[in-house]
Amino acid sequence: MSTALESVLQYPGIWRGNQRAQTAEGALPTGYAALDDLLPGGGWPLGALTEVLLSRQGIGELRLLMPTLARLSEADGWLAWVAPPYVPYAAALAAAGVNLERLVVAKPQSEADAWWTAEQALRSGACGALLAWLRAADERRMRRMQLAAETGHSWGVLFRHARAAQDRSPAALRLLLEPAVDGLAVTILKRRGGPVSKPVVVGVPQAGVARRARRAAPVLAAVKV
Amino acid sequence: MLWLALHFHSLSLEVFSRGTAASDPLAIVEKQGSRTSVIACNGAAAACGISVGMAASAAQALADGLIVRKRDHSAERDSLAGLAVWAGRFTPSVSLLPPDGLLLEINTCLNLHRGLGNLLKQARSGVGEMGYAATLACGPSSHGAWLLAKAGIEKAVREQARLGTILAALPVALLDQPPAVLEGLERIGAQTLGDCLRLPRDGVARRFGQSLLDEIDRALGRLPDARSFFVPPASFERSLELPAPVHGAEALQFAACRLLPELEGYLVLRQASVQELELACRHERRADTVLKLGFAKPSRDAGRMQILLRETLGRSRLPAAVHAIVLRAPLVLPLSGSSGELFRKTREADGDLLLERLRIRLGKDAVYGIGTAADHRPEHAWRACLEPGGAAAANRHRPLWLLPRPLPCHDGRLKLTSGPERIESGWWDGGDVARDYYVAEDRNGAQLWVYCDRVSGEWYVHGIFG
Repeated sequence: MSTALESVLQYPGIWRGNQRAQTAEGALPTGYAALDDLLPGGGWPLGALTEVLLSRQGIGELRLLMPTLARLSEADGWLAWVAPPYVPYAAALAAAGVNLERLVVAKPQSEADAWWTAEQALRSGACGALLAWLRAADERRMRRMQLAAETGHSWGVLFRHARAAQDRSPAALRLLLEPAVDGLAVTILKRRGGPVSKPVVVGVPQAGVARRARRAAPVLAAVKV
Repeated sequence: MLWLALHFHSLSLEVFSRGTAASDPLAIVEKQGSRTSVIACNGAAAACGISVGMAASAAQALADGLIVRKRDHSAERDSLAGLAVWAGRFTPSVSLLPPDGLLLEINTCLNLHRGLGNLLKQARSGVGEMGYAATLACGPSSHGAWLLAKAGIEKAVREQARLGTILAALPVALLDQPPAVLEGLERIGAQTLGDCLRLPRDGVARRFGQSLLDEIDRALGRLPDARSFFVPPASFERSLELPAPVHGAEALQFAACRLLPELEGYLVLRQASVQELELACRHERRADTVLKLGFAKPSRDAGRMQILLRETLGRSRLPAAVHAIVLRAPLVLPLSGSSGELFRKTREADGDLLLERLRIRLGKDAVYGIGTAADHRPEHAWRACLEPGGAAAANRHRPLWLLPRPLPCHDGRLKLTSGPERIESGWWDGGDVARDYYVAEDRNGAQLWVYCDRVSGEWYVHGIFG
């Protein structure tokens, strides 16, 4: 290829089909190099909605976000958790490096209030990150969330069940998470730029891994069903 | 010295009309001798042909649906005091001129407000926000400035000589003298202050009394003019009578916003802030509805109060129509000064405002921060706190999700991957626990935090490694 063409292709406005897209909005590095390589801009999209789809809580979905949350908690802006399914546990969050002073939990009574809260938090621009566990998603609500994230230039993360994988969504990034032998298998369902076919395995820290070597794993069989 | 005089020429009307945006014809009447006549009316009434001085009965015959109110001197006094409180945002030296004037000494605070032009602009917009109209005039002597304002001359005069020339052309009727003196002056052909000054002083003093000459001398700055300054009350409570009972949140919001500049002025003067406000809505034959506004941090920003007020009013149901509102600051806190930013910050959003808005809609307890507590029992080792923050005790062997209460575990196919961690604690407060905690993996690959109760031998799930 001639050097003239090479220099033209360096121009950031030019996107080639085999590349990930460059984002104008900016991105937050995930802290996992394997994942960063696949994401447009090299991280979680700022000013956009990220959808995380999983069939079961507890496979490492929060551990995947922890490095970014820890870094964001050092800056201004809240880390808002809207309608979390369980109690976010302070000691573990602190151990992951999250500054608890920046963390705010909202537990709305109704689903409509939860969507409103998430949207307001994103739109206000006062949140570095918004994590929301919302049900009854529809096209309109999702689009409003995406627009709110654009307005507030925030990072919005929406946790949904894996069965929503086939639905249409205005989110800029959609990830499907599945447990893997040594971490978490992340399938990128949608990103800005070309599609990715193969899942990437991310080595999220394993619970209790420090002491695993000492004990053989007994099977818990004594428990009645 | 530089004095700013504010003459509220329609105060008797505005005490009734400022609480609403609607402009139905309104006339204020007062009994003078045996005759009740109109002393002020608004634009809508004037359009119907009503004018000042007309008999009340004639006015009522002219306009259908005319609201006639008796002049309320005490309400005017209260309004003037409220205006003096508001003026505290400009200068601590505020002097009342009952029934309808204020004098502000502003020479000492021009730099603070970045010049006279800026200060006048702020004062003008503030008066408008509160629903009043005023003539503003500045002069080097307090009485001179007041005469200018009363004459309707909106000028900022800074030299004494120039003030003298302008004053010389003003009519004697503006002077604060008994009617007999003013009549006498008219009879001898002295119509302006200049005419009075041209007369021989000793003759004028003998005929009309020394007080006339003294007043003119004070206006011209030849005599010292001692003023006593207004002392703001120790607590803030202002009420506003609405011209007609209202039900809608928007009308109430409008009325309450009329009071916010007064509160802001009060807080600026006192170097104070509030964390809670009360808006009491008065109903006929019913107890007041009291709406509370809470702020995440002490604040004195009227703009933020307005936003929260709108949210609060929009979400509350009023049992009946409201005929008056009262704005109260139950607790006034000292506010330490803060430095402004030299450079614009990238994130300009107001984080506290977001919390306040969420708390209004979701309830105070539904929005909280989390912190750690010094306890070995996992369920007691965290707490929800209204004020996010505090030192945290990290523990990397804890799950990111804790179940609100442990669930009995009947799944026989859990694989224990690490443990046990024994926790025995709480025998002193009745919440006794004796548990062995393990990390377990279920067949879907989810990592759980389970424990075996050492008393019953039952297994429970207590957390999830999210």
